[in-house]
Amino acid sequence: MIAVMSLTALGLALGLGLGLAARFLRVEQDDGLASEIEAMLPGSQCGQCGFPGCAPAAAALAAGNAPVTLCPPGGRELVRLLADKLGVEADVSGMKESAPMLAAVAEDLCIGCTKCFRVCPTDAVVGAPKQIHNVLREACTGCGKCVDVCPTMAVSMTPMPVTLQSWTWHKPACAA
Amino acid sequence: MQPDPSAQNASAFRPPLGVALLKRFMPRWGVHPESRKQPSSAQGIESLPLPAMLHIPLLQHSGAAAKPVVSVGQHVLKGELIGARQGNISAPVHAPTSGTIVAISDYPAPHPSGLAVLTISLQPDGEERWTECTTADDPFSLTPAEIAERVAAAGVVGLGGATFPSSVKMLLGQRSKVHTLLVNGSECEPYLSCDDRLMRERAAQIVEGIRIVLHAVGASRALCGIENNKPAAIEAMRQAATAFPQIEIHALPTLYPMGSDRQLIHVLTGQEVPSDGRSADVGVLVHNVGTLYAIQQAVRFGRPLISRVVTVAGGALGKARNLEALIGTPARLLVEHCGGLREPLVRLLMGGPMMGMQLPSLDAPVIKGCSGILALAANEIPQEQPSPCIRCGQCVTACPMSLMPFEMSAHIRIGELDAAQGLKDCISCGSCSYVCPAHIPLSHYFDYAKGELTARERGKLRQESIRQLTGARKERLEAEAREKAEAAARRKAERERAKAATAQGKSA
Amino acid sequence: MMHPSHAPHAHAATSVSRVMWLVIAALVPATLFSIWLNGWPALLLWLVTVGSAVIAEFFCLRFAQRPAAPVLADGSAVLTGWLLALSLPAWAPWWIGALGSVFAVVVVKQAFGGLGQNLFNPAMMARAMLLIAFPVELTTWMQPAPLFSADALSLSQSFALTFLGQMPSSFDALSGATTLGHIKTELTREISVTQALAGHGQSMSASLFGLHGGSLGETAVLLLAAGGVALIVLRVITWHIPLAVLAGVALPALLLHAHDPARYLDATTHLLSGGLVLGAFFIATDPVTSPGTPRGQLVFGFGVGLLTWLIRTYGGYPEAIAFAVILMNALVPVIDRYVRPRIYGHEKQRRAKPAKGGA
Repeated sequence: MIAVMSLTALGLALGLGLGLAARFLRVEQDDGLASEIEAMLPGSQCGQCGFPGCAPAAAALAAGNAPVTLCPPGGRELVRLLADKLGVEADVSGMKESAPMLAAVAEDLCIGCTKCFRVCPTDAVVGAPKQIHNVLREACTGCGKCVDVCPTMAVSMTPMPVTLQSWTWHKPACAA
Repeated sequence: MQPDPSAQNASAFRPPLGVALLKRFMPRWGVHPESRKQPSSAQGIESLPLPAMLHIPLLQHSGAAAKPVVSVGQHVLKGELIGARQGNISAPVHAPTSGTIVAISDYPAPHPSGLAVLTISLQPDGEERWTECTTADDPFSLTPAEIAERVAAAGVVGLGGATFPSSVKMLLGQRSKVHTLLVNGSECEPYLSCDDRLMRERAAQIVEGIRIVLHAVGASRALCGIENNKPAAIEAMRQAATAFPQIEIHALPTLYPMGSDRQLIHVLTGQEVPSDGRSADVGVLVHNVGTLYAIQQAVRFGRPLISRVVTVAGGALGKARNLEALIGTPARLLVEHCGGLREPLVRLLMGGPMMGMQLPSLDAPVIKGCSGILALAANEIPQEQPSPCIRCGQCVTACPMSLMPFEMSAHIRIGELDAAQGLKDCISCGSCSYVCPAHIPLSHYFDYAKGELTARERGKLRQESIRQLTGARKERLEAEAREKAEAAARRKAERERAKAATAQGKSA
Repeated sequence: MMHPSHAPHAHAATSVSRVMWLVIAALVPATLFSIWLNGWPALLLWLVTVGSAVIAEFFCLRFAQRPAAPVLADGSAVLTGWLLALSLPAWAPWWIGALGSVFAVVVVKQAFGGLGQNLFNPAMMARAMLLIAFPVELTTWMQPAPLFSADALSLSQSFALTFLGQMPSSFDALSGATTLGHIKTELTREISVTQALAGHGQSMSASLFGLHGGSLGETAVLLLAAGGVALIVLRVITWHIPLAVLAGVALPALLLHAHDPARYLDATTHLLSGGLVLGAFFIATDPVTSPGTPRGQLVFGFGVGLLTWLIRTYGGYPEAIAFAVILMNALVPVIDRYVRPRIYGHEKQRRAKPAKGGA
């Protein structure tokens, strides 16, 4: 009887303690989190994630309403950083298949309308009015905005080519 | 030659040069792969007949690719520059024979990926007409800078496999007070005997190459390490070096990977290259014997590096040989010259079996770093499937860098690449994979992790630059808007002023 | 496209199963001797123990839906059963061996994920479990009655003994304690070690050649040591662990025996009894449950030896090696974390230790 009572009392006391701790020691939801995440995002406001821009996407990420894999221009590296930041498991396996995409301008179709380089969030398209435009590989995030605005369908997205310098060994497939 | 025993006690932490006798005979790392050098090492170096077509990749070295300086249809002479170096670390390529440039296009690289690399295709005219070469009757009258320039212009790169431009190494040596040149004649890879034959047949030229480099970097002595399974080469080199007391020839124990720079330095000098440093940091410079031969040819005769000795061997082959092949010769020709394939070719390698790379096809050309073409039959290749690690520690004992491969691979397997301690120190020698009783592809794991980390680093940089670009664009747009607004305000003010002026004029 | 193969394109002639079967081969002479020494019951017990280890492994793999044949062929289950059999009293009933094997394979090995994943040495865990759960069966030693000798049990008597627990009436007088057990008992009766040893009447040569009572692997010290040395020569194991274990027992024994011979047993007796040689060469060297670095192995081995001596001297169990191995097994992750080789080209992390293990 004493044992039952003492255990019950112990349970109640500990439960109370935990409840109080949860109430008083609660970590306030850090409003800075969203802005920190926004700083990590490319900031190109490309909208590929489905949100109107990087700030809303960051807010959704901070609130846990969006997957860390939402940002195609950020690539796997960003997924990893976001997953670390938010303390979640990142499933990069799904993303691995899609190599980073780059915009390419078909020279025979381009009419030099400058629409694409006006929308490019990273100034990756270079050219001048009435001249064929070109894409700087280093600056292109693969957001695809230029594809949408091109009146002659001259811009297309192509996967980033693998070169001898960027080629890496595959992960060994074995049970060991 | 004999080390001073008292010196070792004086500074146990960093023993001075030459006191490493004990360490030399008792290295605690390494593996003993079956040598299999016999059939090819008994054969003298033969030249290969002129091929019908040469494919010369513009990237045969570590660093930036060369830039083509010839055009399709152009006729070139033997030794003429066809690809110029670009950037600080790069090497030029030269026409291996006289003939016509028929293409400058993408061609499968001699690389496991089989990816294309910009390649110059040359059709020989059979005349072998040399371009004019700047010879030097007395190489020792040249200044170190002149020697380095000649070596650079000749496109000499490390022929042991690393293919680092030799002139860059020499300049580095000049700058950082190198006192000792290490001559790497260890050739620890199984099958390969091209350095062995070169030392036996061209020891005098190699020794002159050693003296040229000593002169060029201002080093006072040269230590030449040769594994003791090549007694004839040791003897030949000793004979050639008798007149030069500054050159010492040392027999080394036969142990893989003795030919790795860091291991050779440790065994010959007792010093360790700091993890984040270069061999020049401990006052030494390492050159392969093949490289020294190429340097001698470049400096004395002005001949660019357009050919090299290649060991052609392997169980699938008719007869193993050492061939002096022009750069750009397709591997197929070498194999055919050695009696063709006797057994089905299961794996084609460039280099030795421990560190060599698998070639996608026999069309791959010989390049500067190609020490061997191995055509392996089924019975020469490990077939067993990997099984779980039993933590036996064989890999730890074998690792020449004192890493713990079994632990590193376990981390990498579950994706914790950063937890793999010492990944940056791994020299990819493959000793761990070689001894693993569970047949775990340890060095494959490490190369995968290294590549993955580099890719991540690249991704991070890209991310960073994109953010900067976005910021720059934002600033630009803001600046433009501001300018526009200011301009509009200015115009408005002007117009108003003008209006006021006219109004005043009218009223006046 | 198929992935290219990564170097090295050559491999040493070695494999996990080769390692396991070589260890087993090294145990064969000592095992044969023990079976001869202890008669048919020993053979029956050995068969039951090894057999049930293999069967248990088979069912575990079946349960995990993994192919059984390649894993069984690697010999690790046989070795586990074999080592357990060698650590049991020869005349123990069959269910002791079977239960121990099943426990070793199912609970200690397969539950952790199979070969390479287990934290503790399966055979020693099983022996410790049996010793605690069934102390009587595990400490009933018989005076050896070699095969074909006058005292030997017949095959049918042996079957009755091992499987039905029927002790032939004539054998009551033959039970005898092991040296260490005897001394332990005598010490509690305030009889000095010297007297106890004399009273036990077991000569040094008897110890060396194993002509005394004990578990199967406790007896043939010379044969076991020869097998162990053969393994070192064949590079299946390294010298680090065996030497460190023996040193870990011998050093404190030497010191304290010199200090007080009446209270502390001498080093030679320590080394020759209680399955120490079996433990040093065959059990502590189990790669899975020992550290992966040479220096770590020295630390581990010395720890096993020292603990063995401590338990033997101050603890309640005379055959201490099983407990010592298990305790040190638990420390292996810590040893592997802190005792690592200095990577080439890196400064020493802590202050340089004297030459041992340097370079």
